[in-house]
Amino acid sequence: MKAFAELYTAIDQTTKTNAKVDALVEYFAAAPETDVLWCVAMLTGKSPKRTIRSGELKEWSAEMSGLPYWIFDESYHIVGDLAETITLILPPPSSSAGYSLTETIAFLRSLDQYGDEDKKIAIQQHWDEMDTSERFVFNKLMTGSFRVGVSKQLVIKALAKQFKIEEDTVAHRLTGDWSPDTTTLTTLLSAEGDTDSYYRPYPFYLAYQLEQQVDELGDVRDWQIEQKYDGIRGQLLLRRGELFVWSRGEELMTEKFPEFEILKGILPDGTVIDGEVLPYRDGRPLPFHLMQTRIGRKNLTKKSLQEAPLILMCYDLLEYHGEDIRTRPMRERRALLEQVVKDANEIAAVPLLLSPVLDCHTWEEATQARETARDNNCEGLMLKHKDSPYETGRRKGQWWKWKVDPLTVDGVLLYAQRGHGRRANLYTDYTFAIWDGDELVPFTKAYSGLTDKELLQVDNWIKRNTIDKFGPVRSVKAELVFEIAFEGINRSPRHKSGVALRFPRILRWRKDKKKEDANTKDDLMKLIEMQEATR
Amino acid sequence: MLRFNDKGIYCEQADVYIDPWGQVDRAIITHAHSDHARWGSRHYLAHHYSVPVMRWRLGPDIKVQGIGYNEEVTINGVKISLHPAGHIIGSAQVRLEYQGEVWVVSGDYKLQNDHLATPFEPVRCQHFITESTFGLPVYRFPAVEVVQGEINDWCARNTAAGKTSVIIGYALGKAQHILYGLDKSIAPIYAHGAVVNMNRTLEQSGFDFSYAKPLDYSLSKKDLQGCIVIAPPSAVGTPWLRRFDPYSIGICSGWMQLRGARRRRGVDRGFVMSDHCDWQQLNTAVKLTGAENVYVTHGYKSIYAKWLRDEMHLNATEVDTLYEGESIEGDKEEAAAENTEAGIAPPDTSTAQSDISSPENGDA
Repeated sequence: MKAFAELYTAIDQTTKTNAKVDALVEYFAAAPETDVLWCVAMLTGKSPKRTIRSGELKEWSAEMSGLPYWIFDESYHIVGDLAETITLILPPPSSSAGYSLTETIAFLRSLDQYGDEDKKIAIQQHWDEMDTSERFVFNKLMTGSFRVGVSKQLVIKALAKQFKIEEDTVAHRLTGDWSPDTTTLTTLLSAEGDTDSYYRPYPFYLAYQLEQQVDELGDVRDWQIEQKYDGIRGQLLLRRGELFVWSRGEELMTEKFPEFEILKGILPDGTVIDGEVLPYRDGRPLPFHLMQTRIGRKNLTKKSLQEAPLILMCYDLLEYHGEDIRTRPMRERRALLEQVVKDANEIAAVPLLLSPVLDCHTWEEATQARETARDNNCEGLMLKHKDSPYETGRRKGQWWKWKVDPLTVDGVLLYAQRGHGRRANLYTDYTFAIWDGDELVPFTKAYSGLTDKELLQVDNWIKRNTIDKFGPVRSVKAELVFEIAFEGINRSPRHKSGVALRFPRILRWRKDKKKEDANTKDDLMKLIEMQEATR
Repeated sequence: MLRFNDKGIYCEQADVYIDPWGQVDRAIITHAHSDHARWGSRHYLAHHYSVPVMRWRLGPDIKVQGIGYNEEVTINGVKISLHPAGHIIGSAQVRLEYQGEVWVVSGDYKLQNDHLATPFEPVRCQHFITESTFGLPVYRFPAVEVVQGEINDWCARNTAAGKTSVIIGYALGKAQHILYGLDKSIAPIYAHGAVVNMNRTLEQSGFDFSYAKPLDYSLSKKDLQGCIVIAPPSAVGTPWLRRFDPYSIGICSGWMQLRGARRRRGVDRGFVMSDHCDWQQLNTAVKLTGAENVYVTHGYKSIYAKWLRDEMHLNATEVDTLYEGESIEGDKEEAAAENTEAGIAPPDTSTAQSDISSPENGDA
């Protein structure tokens, strides 16, 4: 655990990619195999499930520190991170036990079998045997909030470097549904392991937001231009007569989408399609939240299937008759994709649609198409070079997403709460209000978007203009106006304002505006009506 | 005997203020930091060591009387004396006694011994005014020697890798605290203009920081490679740092105890080094005074006052002041000092600076 905690600290202390990779390589070289396996699992988002309630952890750590509970709670509000609060509040350890990462995880998973009192004793004993950095990681694991500042890409890079395997191969082997319980490091990284991985998707190719002017991309005719749909990006695999649907987060979601079962006898074996799962009816995509509601349900009812029928909007073909065609150029893959979708639709009415390629002769035409994207419930356009291979991970150059500018509304800051993590100890989580007649009604929360300097200024202002405190929340004088950007807006009976925003965030601080200049509920309702009218 | 009004902490019997933020006739100053020693009062009284710094910061013409620790001055029957606070060189607690009633105003203080500031001495009293900058149990500062060791290890590693170590600390107090603990054999040590100015001012009181050289323009990039540079917070994020490339940058502050605060700074390392009390030190100090009545100023004052009431059974109240505690944001005064010297465009200080002096900045 000490070595793993050191790795964590090393990564946490730097923002430099190379330093992170070096730290990983160093850890991989020295740690026992099972620890490496668990480390890889955790850094790629496979942390063990939380087994202890945070309320218990708070109580037990406060008890061990000899502090009353209220001061623990106050500290927690200020630190903004439970694992860290516990780490700092505990008395110094009396010994060092030197558990390995694997042992620690085994211990955490065995806690289910402990009685309440035994659980407490065991955890307090562990705390007493760990130094600060070990405790922090241990607590992060217990609270289920273990996150590290390394992308999967970096883990892959480090594994490739240490074990002398191609990065793409490592990427492929790490995709999908593996667990340190059922595999070993050797199996995971060796080719033999691949015979049983027919259910695994390919690593997704992800695009960055376009940074430059669009006409700097060269000839528009070299680019395949598509709508950027707002659904769940996924890969649909048909191999050995079985169907798998993987989300971009590499979650196996086949069971959530019974619509695709029909494809089993229809698509040829050895087919992998990349696309967007969308709610779709009467020739157009439906708003994203309809599908979200459906996915949230444990049991799919007939009603929800009818309300939000799903299709796969097909973007790309990665495997054709069992052959990995990712290195072939986009234009070739597209031709094959069109063939596959057409063939399937000739056999039966299947929920596969081809993502239309927009016919733009100039970048001006493309720019116009982008502006109307929202009318189709799309987020903007995708630009893919016709010669591009299907890469792995997020990369620049050959694919770009080109999102429409967000919708905006000016809201008045009404409540503030202390942030978490990097923003702990500052009032950074805000609730904004719009005018409903002469009353300000809260309509959204928003976090990101201000610079660190602005955050500091607003934090300061909040402390000097607090009207009331409710636990961690402060209500403030209605004065500051912020421009809130969002991607979509819908009616919501659950909110006092009657609206719900999708992806709200602070665009900027409107120092030039007074509270009277903020938007009204009517403004937002008009926006909704306009949207509904175009549907 | 003391009360808090809109100009500061006031003793009516002696007609003196302690660390006033308004302009008054007579001011007793606990230490020379700009939130405690403010401009505009007619007469000042402070420790000898604070006098040159106050003259440097508030102007050569101020009327200031310097006295030693434990030296008594009587004004209209009030016996006034200064006692070491351990915060920075020259920092003092102010003890006031009148007809058997004893008050102590501690200013900013710490119980750790940094070997520069005269170590804190507890003073028995009935009424104790304390800061609460780090008045939360999550603040437990490592021993001074431990942090000095961490800084030296870090510098040595940087130097070995051909990188300059830029260490950030407030120009008065923290910078000298850092300098004192540095292993002088690792690499040449240089200081930002604001730090050099402060060092020279302190040297008038007999301290020696001459080993920290000014960043002369005759120094080439090669001369600076792998060296150690001490700079104030205002230098972070400015073009001034470019001449040290490649460099690694570390901040020394009690706030560095929290991961969020550390990450927010966007620096390579945070060293938990403070000239204030942590939680344990505060509790120890309060107990040692034997005071029944405690007035809690800048910091986590409402939480700490509640703690003193509920758990230590003292009459504790929170008091609003304009003191700021430990700041790791830039300081206009320092930035200006450097810019005149270096002849570069001032860094962007147009933002939070003026807003920073809020009563509650201690918990920012």
